[in-house]
Amino acid sequence: MASSHGTPPVFNNKVIAWVDHRLPIFSYIEKEYHTFPTPRNFNYFWNFGAIATVMLVLMIATGIVLATNYTPHVLMAFDAVERIDRDVPQGWLIRDLHMNGASFFFIAVYIHIFRGMYYGSYKAPRELLWILGVVIFLLMMATAFMGYVLPWGQMSFWGATVITNLFSAIPVVGESIVTWLWGGFAVDNPTLNRFFALHYLLPFIIVAVVALHVVALHIHGSNNPTGIDPKGPQDTVPFHPYYTMKDGFGVVCFLIVFSVFVFFAPDYMGHPDNYIPANPLVTPAHIVPEWYFLPFYAILRAIPDKLGGVLAMFGAIAVLFILPWLDTSRVRSCTFRPIYKWFMMFLVVDVIVLGICGSKPPEGFWVPLSQFATLYYFAHFLVLLPILGKIERPLPLPPSIADSVLKKKAV
Amino acid sequence: MVATGALGAVGVAAVAWPFINNLNPAADTLALSTIEVNVTPIAVGQAVTVKWRGKPVFIRHRTEAEIKEAEAVPMAELPDPETDNKRVTDTAKKVRPEWLIMIGVCTHLGCVPLGNKPGDTKGEYGGWFCPCHGSSYDTSGRIRKGPAPKNLVIPDYLFTSDSLVRIG
Repeated sequence: MASSHGTPPVFNNKVIAWVDHRLPIFSYIEKEYHTFPTPRNFNYFWNFGAIATVMLVLMIATGIVLATNYTPHVLMAFDAVERIDRDVPQGWLIRDLHMNGASFFFIAVYIHIFRGMYYGSYKAPRELLWILGVVIFLLMMATAFMGYVLPWGQMSFWGATVITNLFSAIPVVGESIVTWLWGGFAVDNPTLNRFFALHYLLPFIIVAVVALHVVALHIHGSNNPTGIDPKGPQDTVPFHPYYTMKDGFGVVCFLIVFSVFVFFAPDYMGHPDNYIPANPLVTPAHIVPEWYFLPFYAILRAIPDKLGGVLAMFGAIAVLFILPWLDTSRVRSCTFRPIYKWFMMFLVVDVIVLGICGSKPPEGFWVPLSQFATLYYFAHFLVLLPILGKIERPLPLPPSIADSVLKKKAV
Repeated sequence: MVATGALGAVGVAAVAWPFINNLNPAADTLALSTIEVNVTPIAVGQAVTVKWRGKPVFIRHRTEAEIKEAEAVPMAELPDPETDNKRVTDTAKKVRPEWLIMIGVCTHLGCVPLGNKPGDTKGEYGGWFCPCHGSSYDTSGRIRKGPAPKNLVIPDYLFTSDSLVRIG
């Protein structure tokens, strides 16, 4: 695209030049994070990739520090976490950062996913970029789930029991798989041990997939609010300083909100039952997962059949993998899709409704509501999306990104 | 080429197996523990929960009414048809309808159903109710309503005398 892509940069610093000649990391940074031509019309939704990356780094940093004071044993894990909170210097801070960091990581990622869906960022040629994103999302869910088990409170134990039991719905081999996951006949010490090992491992796998996600992103560059491709230098600005600054600003704003929770309401997003040590003989009256799993939990409970519920829950994520092919519209951005724009907003409302249903006991009015919301969720992807692309008449697209920006200015 | 590939695949599988099997229960976990419970103190209508292999086991001393109710249910109404009689037979084939002994783990997703303690809700069918996802079990521990697919599991047990039962 931009001319700077063709010519390798010249480094005046001799050490940098020496290193770069042998291992071109400085050329790489220069190309991908400095001169990298980026659409000039990003709105603040485009900050959340960078914000999610910062959260990932924060989770790994706080996690490593927490691990130094943690003991993955059923008799000691709960006390180890309490000790981190009470006795270890700044342990409370590190733990609160990690605990709330998980929630805010998901907030950032959910906004990032919404951005991708609203502006059609998953469409050709960015299908693999999108699929890698869904893989990251799945890995995050696995990591978050196993992390929640580690404090070994009541919600930890029963969350682990319910989620691992999902696999018992698999015909024939289900029970053997669950025993294999547990390393015993119930969630117990072997389970806690392996969850700790995997909880430490998976974030580094996420880092690797994020790297692939970024590589895929930098092949065709970012999408933008108009959904049309940059046609020349007038449509783009270099990544640095324009978007390093804008991302930096967004990160700081996000971290301010994050800090409010860390310092003033560290347990707001948690569940008080997890401060009761795990008891394998008593299930809490009302078990709920962490808030970020609630919509999927509601889908699981909406289907009055064990295997059906489990399939629907996994299906709700699996359908995201084929999203690029379900959407038949040639227009990317919802800005120019007058009908789909509304259905996209309905989907957001639907997911929020599912989340509320997931937090309520499975009785009364909540059961039919979650069933309806589940039906709508799947109908959105499998029925509305393919049909709308055919029948909707999109608004005229602007001739270029520069045009769309400058016209707005003129008005 | 094919033979080499096949041999290679066998080799990879042979090396992978120890890593996979390593996650299965260890010998000490597998060593089947049995527990012995004295049921004399459990009055009619009462139930106790004991721990066996890390899981709760329900022992309910059923009333005449509960037994009658369980026996009267037509098989066609049951998602997982099983006679009450079969569920109260120990490994020596002796039937004791007053003693219902089950693993207290919901067959849906593994929560412990309510109904064993005096104040607990027993659900629509007078047996047990799982608070997690709303499954109801009858006085024989059979699934009647909700997402659970199977009846509560009956472990192997044997009454070694009228007052002592060995589970496992």
